[in-house]
Amino acid sequence: MLLFAASRLLRAALTILFVMTFAFVVLRLSGDPALLIMSVDAPPEAIKAFRQAWGLDQPIWDQYLSYIAHAFTGDFGKSMRDGRPAMDLVMERVPATLAITLPALALKIGLGIPAGIYAALHRNSFADRLTMAVSVAGFTMPSFVLALLLVLVFAVNLGWLPASGADSPSHAILPIITLGAAGAAIMARFTRSAMLEVLGQPYIRAASAKGVEWRRVISHHALPNAAIPTVTIIGFMIGSLVAGAVVVESVFAWPGVGRLLVSAVANRDLAVVQAILMVIAAWMVMANFTVDIAYGWLDPRVRGAAAGH
Amino acid sequence: MGVPLVEIAGLTVDFGNDWRSRAVDGVDLAIAPGEALGVVGESGSGKSVTWLAALGLLPARARVGGSVRLEGQQLVGAPARLLESVRGKRIAMIFQDPSSCLNPVHRIGRQLGEALKLHRGLSGAAGEAETLRLLDQVGIADAKRRLSDYPHQLSGGLNQRVMIAMALAGQPDLLVADEPTTALDATIQAQILALLAGIRRDTGMALVLISHDLGVVAENVSRVAVMYAGRLVEEGLGQDLFDAPRHPYTQGLLAALPTLTGPRRRLAAIPGTVPEPGKAPAGCSFAPRCPLAEPRCMSEPPASRRVGLLHRAACHLQIEPGFSAGALPRAAE
Ligand SMILES: Nc1ncnc2c1ncn2[C@@H]1O[C@H](COP(=O)(O)OP(=O)(O)OP(=O)(O)O)[C@@H](O)[C@H]1O
Ligand SMILES: [Mg+2]
Repeated sequence: MLLFAASRLLRAALTILFVMTFAFVVLRLSGDPALLIMSVDAPPEAIKAFRQAWGLDQPIWDQYLSYIAHAFTGDFGKSMRDGRPAMDLVMERVPATLAITLPALALKIGLGIPAGIYAALHRNSFADRLTMAVSVAGFTMPSFVLALLLVLVFAVNLGWLPASGADSPSHAILPIITLGAAGAAIMARFTRSAMLEVLGQPYIRAASAKGVEWRRVISHHALPNAAIPTVTIIGFMIGSLVAGAVVVESVFAWPGVGRLLVSAVANRDLAVVQAILMVIAAWMVMANFTVDIAYGWLDPRVRGAAAGH
Repeated sequence: MGVPLVEIAGLTVDFGNDWRSRAVDGVDLAIAPGEALGVVGESGSGKSVTWLAALGLLPARARVGGSVRLEGQQLVGAPARLLESVRGKRIAMIFQDPSSCLNPVHRIGRQLGEALKLHRGLSGAAGEAETLRLLDQVGIADAKRRLSDYPHQLSGGLNQRVMIAMALAGQPDLLVADEPTTALDATIQAQILALLAGIRRDTGMALVLISHDLGVVAENVSRVAVMYAGRLVEEGLGQDLFDAPRHPYTQGLLAALPTLTGPRRRLAAIPGTVPEPGKAPAGCSFAPRCPLAEPRCMSEPPASRRVGLLHRAACHLQIEPGFSAGALPRAAE
């Protein structure tokens, strides 16, 4: 188990390093920030001074090494716009993002899993078909379309909820629903198929043959097995929590990390963009790591394979 | 035969809507307390479905007709509560692939403990002691260590022993063993069959041994039922049936088997295949493959007739015992 954790940890570190490198290279190749941040008609001396100040005149290899070296000490550079440490700018936006993504995650799990289980247990019933139809609609609809639809109905027509901004808790409701609905649909679908797969396994029939009552067959024999593939999708959802909020935060003018990313990209604020990508990558890696650990915990076969050498 | 323990009468199972696609078509069968009955037949002949239907273990879309009585109590259409009290406690069932019949995420000890708690109310120290005793009874050495193992850590043979131990936990009156050794290699197969025989001797439990393999059945049971395409075509004491088979299908099976003590073979040696569900003729379903078929065989279903003491066969023809065995075309190797 310890070896298992250690190998995953190493892989996690390498993944983060890879993302940092990739982001660095792509951002440096995609245009000159000096020209974008200074106005085009700025005097050449000013542009030169700007490049010197931000180290943009160094060879890209030196820039990269110094970036990585600083990153290891927790220094992710300063925003080229307002000169504050980039990571601080990002971190102060994190609570706002979590304020809509965590309730959305709860919605996905709390709605999706029971709906999926119910649909599987009542396969081909009206409720099953309805759940599946809603879930197809839920995950084929792009989130900005759903967002606009919700705004039209609940903000414009009914006037119950604000359309955008973050001035009161009620401002969070529409973003949460937008984020949660599609995820709940995916979750329901996934849970249903995981459950159906498990219900068709010989050990389920064998448990019934043993005399175990059906409710207990479901709760003690089917669910623990169906949980194994379901954890993958939960991990994926947790991993994409921050990245998934970009569109919705923009549509609802919600002041989170996602919206900061959009404006930082538009402004070519390299350090901020890199810091955000770094946070997103670290978050995803951590989610994957947690999923791997959860796998080992839920599935003795994985645990055995990891420890068995 | 005395008062039957289990009596199946006119059992039918449909999965589709066409009556001709019946998986089980009017099976009559009785088992006396303590008796060992073998059920043989090719793949798809309805051996498993018959017993799954008896215990109410088929999916909801399967329609079951006829009757299955356990000491007079009707099981077909019985409420779930009644069936749950029968399963494992009165009639236990073990299956072909032991490794996939044990729950992969629960330890062996826990799965056995669940059965003991359920059927005998044993838990805690008493439960563990009985679990160890059961594992010992099925010949698992080092039982204490096995308790904390998961099924994937055990071999197929050990898993089947665990399944048997679990079936014994409820001290059932009847064990239905559905091809308990098909997934295991030959030596393990012999060990498991010997184990079942020993348990029967010690406990007086009745056994239904379902198998493809006539050799396995011949050595382990006293009475044999032969199924073909969802019907019972012949039934009799082992000796009568093996020495003097009356149904052309049984005769073909035996002709395809060199000697009962020689190497075992699969029952695929009769030319042709089992009719697909829905494609069976209106009459005898074996007629298309039968070397002796007459026109009426295609149109009239044969009734089961007595052909000897405790010996019945469902065939229109008055066949001399063993008559057509040699007349059948030689099986392709
Ligand atoms: N769940 C099911 N749904 C639909 N048809 C089924 C189902 N289970 C069994 N059948 C059909 O019922 C018939 C009898 O199957 P059964 O499993 O009883 O055969 P068997 O004699 O046990 O064969 P085998 O030796 O391969 O185990 C087959 O035609 C099979 O296709
Ligand atoms: Mg079978």
